Amino acid sequence: MTTTSTVDRRSFLRVTAIAGGGILLGSYFKILEPAEALAETGAAGEFAPNAYIRMTPDGLVTIIAKNPELGQGVKTMLPMIIADELDVEWKNVRIEQAPLDTTKFQAQSAGGSTATPTNWLPMRRVGAAARAMLVAAAAQTLGVAEDELTTEAGVVKHAKSNRSVAFTKLLDKAATLTPPALDTVKLKDPKEFRIIGSRVPGVDNHAIVTGTPLYGIDVAVPGMLYAVFQKCPVFAGKVVSANLDEIKAQPGVRQAFVVDGGTQLTGLLSGVAILADTWWLAENARRKLQVKWDEGATAEQSSTGFAAKAAELWTQPPHRTLRNDGDGGAAVQGAAKVVKAEYSYPFIAHATLEPQNCTARFADGKLELWAPTQQPAGGRRLVSQTLNIPEDQITVHLTRTGGGFGRRLNNDYMVEAAAIAKQAGVPVKLLWSREDDVTHDFYRPGGFHSFTGAVDASGKVIAWRDHFVTFGEGQSFAPSAQISPSEFPAHFIPNFTLDVSLIPLGVPTGFLRAPGSNALAFVMQSFIDELAHAAGKDPLQFRLDLLASESSTAPTLAGEPASRPGGPQPGGFDASRARGVLEVLRDRSGWGKTSLPAGTGMGVAFHFSHRGYFAEVVQATVSKAGEVKVDKVWVVGDIGSQIINPSNAENQAQGAVLDGIAETLGQEITIENGRAVQQNFNTFPLLRMRQAPPVDVHFHVTTSSPTGLGEPALPPAVPALCNAIFAATGKRVRGLPLSKQDLKWT
Amino acid sequence: MAITFKVNGQSHTVDVAPEMPLLWVLRDVLDLKGTKFGCGISQCGACTVHLNGTPIRSCQRRASTLNGAEITTVEGLAPDGSHALQRAWEELDVPQCGYCQAGQLMSAAALLARNPNPSDEQIDAAMNGNICRCATYLRIRQAIHRAAELTASDNHSNKSGASR
Repeated sequence: MTTTSTVDRRSFLRVTAIAGGGILLGSYFKILEPAEALAETGAAGEFAPNAYIRMTPDGLVTIIAKNPELGQGVKTMLPMIIADELDVEWKNVRIEQAPLDTTKFQAQSAGGSTATPTNWLPMRRVGAAARAMLVAAAAQTLGVAEDELTTEAGVVKHAKSNRSVAFTKLLDKAATLTPPALDTVKLKDPKEFRIIGSRVPGVDNHAIVTGTPLYGIDVAVPGMLYAVFQKCPVFAGKVVSANLDEIKAQPGVRQAFVVDGGTQLTGLLSGVAILADTWWLAENARRKLQVKWDEGATAEQSSTGFAAKAAELWTQPPHRTLRNDGDGGAAVQGAAKVVKAEYSYPFIAHATLEPQNCTARFADGKLELWAPTQQPAGGRRLVSQTLNIPEDQITVHLTRTGGGFGRRLNNDYMVEAAAIAKQAGVPVKLLWSREDDVTHDFYRPGGFHSFTGAVDASGKVIAWRDHFVTFGEGQSFAPSAQISPSEFPAHFIPNFTLDVSLIPLGVPTGFLRAPGSNALAFVMQSFIDELAHAAGKDPLQFRLDLLASESSTAPTLAGEPASRPGGPQPGGFDASRARGVLEVLRDRSGWGKTSLPAGTGMGVAFHFSHRGYFAEVVQATVSKAGEVKVDKVWVVGDIGSQIINPSNAENQAQGAVLDGIAETLGQEITIENGRAVQQNFNTFPLLRMRQAPPVDVHFHVTTSSPTGLGEPALPPAVPALCNAIFAATGKRVRGLPLSKQDLKWT
Repeated sequence: MAITFKVNGQSHTVDVAPEMPLLWVLRDVLDLKGTKFGCGISQCGACTVHLNGTPIRSCQRRASTLNGAEITTVEGLAPDGSHALQRAWEELDVPQCGYCQAGQLMSAAALLARNPNPSDEQIDAAMNGNICRCATYLRIRQAIHRAAELTASDNHSNKSGASR
């Protein structure tokens, strides 16, 4: 394959503009070249007080965005915090993406909705410290005391003498001052925020709408080849032999070889790499690939086998009891009503729209990686350990990422690209096909819950037992397959038992947006709904009553955080905040006051995860043929005292809710013969526009410190929809996805 | 085989395998990275471009069928971002991860070209083939309405300018 004649001038300039270092990225790909910009000393006339801020006499303020951007808005949000405390105008701010440099930036990851709670104060201090230095410089320049000075939009003002001096005139002097200790700097009164709390569009929006290269898949390095990597359909199976000679003879193919791999599902796995002049030529050659695999010990596993095993385990004593408060057996004996129900949910995939990819260049013992990853430091460590390259010889450039949802907390594609580039001796861009992505994910694990619940004559829940059959071995749960002994409604029901039994698993599992919670909210909030109906109570009021019944005597278990669930303060569960969002939700959704036709119903649920409290009502209509249409969703969230960027906050909450609805409607990964059955969007359906209902989002502002938003709006959407279906049809949804349930009614 | 066609108004001759999809000709041969790969089976719409003004899935269009074709990609929508849809997308802060948005914009541009003021139902029908994994659908819908307004107002000011 060759290109002749008229390559357009713009792309010609792009691909040939090589400055010094020889990286064929062109000046347009600015996010990959910020390293020079990080010198804290700064060039003449600049003021670069710390690793995050560089101010120049032309009035521009460059702020470094440290964390990977995957659509959660962090590349805009963290710099907003710095800029507000620095007190500059947002229109003068330019954002640069940091490379991986944990010395300068400590944690640089995207996961767990942690960016806001962990960076809120530190980023404010970073901005405020620089502002303090500019004020000190102004005090010297004007010959007045610092405490007589105020700042506003890039200007220091001295009201007494009616004088002012622009930040741009103070940069030289400020650069000579010693930065203050960060924990001593004075922060703004939140009432004075001008950028925080305003609707700020994403900083990459213009590049996105004009098609500017931004993502990992867009990276190009001189002399690189494009690679596909075929792994065994059964996870961690090994290549025995392959028709490599035939593959090497395919058009455009430059190399084909076997990559040795281990058995660790999160690490480098065995496979065949095909390298060609374009990605399509490599992919096209793969169609001819024939591999003899050693499928290993897990080739017999299947989803139906897991379900049969769970049913068997339910009839036996549990492997472990995580919590056993009170005397459930006696309570059930004396109960007015006892409800038993078995719930299950499937494995599901992430399906980030940008398939997994990574570009790698290995030369002279040094490795350079361009990676769309949520956890670059973890990727560097994995590559270092697997390929025996010291971490300090590995450079990781962070690209914008076409969706994460937790998938890219695992870095298998990084180690694959690095291993292939090292073995090939040329730079390589590895790109997975969609089929690679769906069949080699770290799936949200499926699970099985057998519940017994009891209510007394007054309608109060007096007993709850859950025998949770999940995945793992011995004392270890498979990733994201665990449950906390504090999971709600523990501590709110006097006789409470949580039993667990484990099934060994040969399928990779991992973190999917609101891990754990995205499944547990479904079963807990659905079964609570069943108990509400058994008690003859309004489901929303029933939840408020349950939340008011926190036990002061339930013991704190060994290993259980004193504040629970969700880890140490400020993550401890506060029932009054959960009640708060439910009460606001009741008003906003018109709960109990709306007259709905047959086949239409409202369902409610709430969930606490990732430090956020979310309550949601779904209104859904089920046709007599059993087709589900979500009519509307109302969301009330409490993520603390400050919504930093309301535009993005609304986007995140709506996106998370619709994500939960997509999972509920039709998503399932079925395991057969040890491998994933679904391969692409024709069998693993993502939400489409016609299915997207209006989502009304309201943030209930409280006094707590601000917390994150990538995840916590998702979990309640799943049970709220299922509870709406019950309200609409009388059919209780105890398994997912809905597309597999019989919801016909008459 | 050598194929000559236009992309965003410029003529190109490429020598590629006849069955190579347009998507990969654009991305890997012509280095136009705006058009994205999502599924390869015409399910997601991330690779949507215009062929002689009609939206197509470039992952399904073989190079051999492109002689004389006129292709428009997101880079050619308006390179400076001045197309009403691009302005509306920025104004309403539509993107989350942003990866699908090139395809969304190209489908929306084709819709507005034939229907300057579409209803919600018409928008849903035209856009249903474009997946947004982040589910920015509510804002996409809103931004298409906004772009229709912007276009109407542009046309109005152009007309009043001409009449002066």
